[in-house]
Amino acid sequence: MRVPGAWYLALAAALFTIGAIGLLVRRNVLVMFMCVELMLNAVNLTFVTFARMLDDVGGQTAVFFVLVVAAAEVVVGLGIIVSIFRRRSGATADDISLLKG
Amino acid sequence: MIDWVVFSVAALATLSGGLGVVLSTHPVHAALMLVMTLFSVAVLFVAQNAHFLAAVQVIVYAGAIVVLFLFVIMLLGVDRSEDVRTERLKGQRPVAVVAGLTVLVAVLVLARSEWVSGARSSAGSLGDGTENVEILARSLFTRYLLAFEITSVLLVIAVVGAVILVRRSGDAPDTGVGIET
Repeated sequence: MRVPGAWYLALAAALFTIGAIGLLVRRNVLVMFMCVELMLNAVNLTFVTFARMLDDVGGQTAVFFVLVVAAAEVVVGLGIIVSIFRRRSGATADDISLLKG
Repeated sequence: MIDWVVFSVAALATLSGGLGVVLSTHPVHAALMLVMTLFSVAVLFVAQNAHFLAAVQVIVYAGAIVVLFLFVIMLLGVDRSEDVRTERLKGQRPVAVVAGLTVLVAVLVLARSEWVSGARSSAGSLGDGTENVEILARSLFTRYLLAFEITSVLLVIAVVGAVILVRRSGDAPDTGVGIET
């Protein structure tokens, strides 16, 4: 017997919540970035679940594009983090709260 | 029966990995917990017949992105433990937790009546016995061809942007060898 899609959706909502709380609570920039990845994965899981529930390949195609965008986002984000950490070591999000350098 | 076992084990691993990312004080531990979450999400993809996406999930996320994270952690030497006890902004943490849980409860309550609604298989049917990769490729290269081509532009822009960001200003652009720190 297959697991109903509602269970997957509830799991994805819980995972998204964990990611969102982590993004708000943690101060390390890298860990905040990992929490963004958690949220993206939760959304991917809902997309795949909806694709199965509606018998539609469009959800899986959306996940494919989300993967590409996530890869690009990680590359640019880590580039920004590297260039920030070069200026000041051990920076958390609190240390770089000013918009001027 | 076996579906339920697979789902519960993968769901447990997903949630504990997510909690591990949020709660571990060491960035390297957080990255390893992230691998666990990503891998169990891939298991959930397989359980829902999204075989290609599961493979891509393992290769791109667990393979490339987490390695990139670990590489940056290693390169910058930020593998010190974070002091999670101090709270810069007073009362921010409880508010964040309450806000997150409110969103979760709101989603679950709103979804109680109807989990899914809409037209069935408007972009292509998954259940006609064809291989998952073939269905996905057919959709990607016909209906979503323009978006697919635009993602290549996006990737090129990301690569160029990363190179420009990380390159030191004033450096000669041809010093590709020897990373200085």
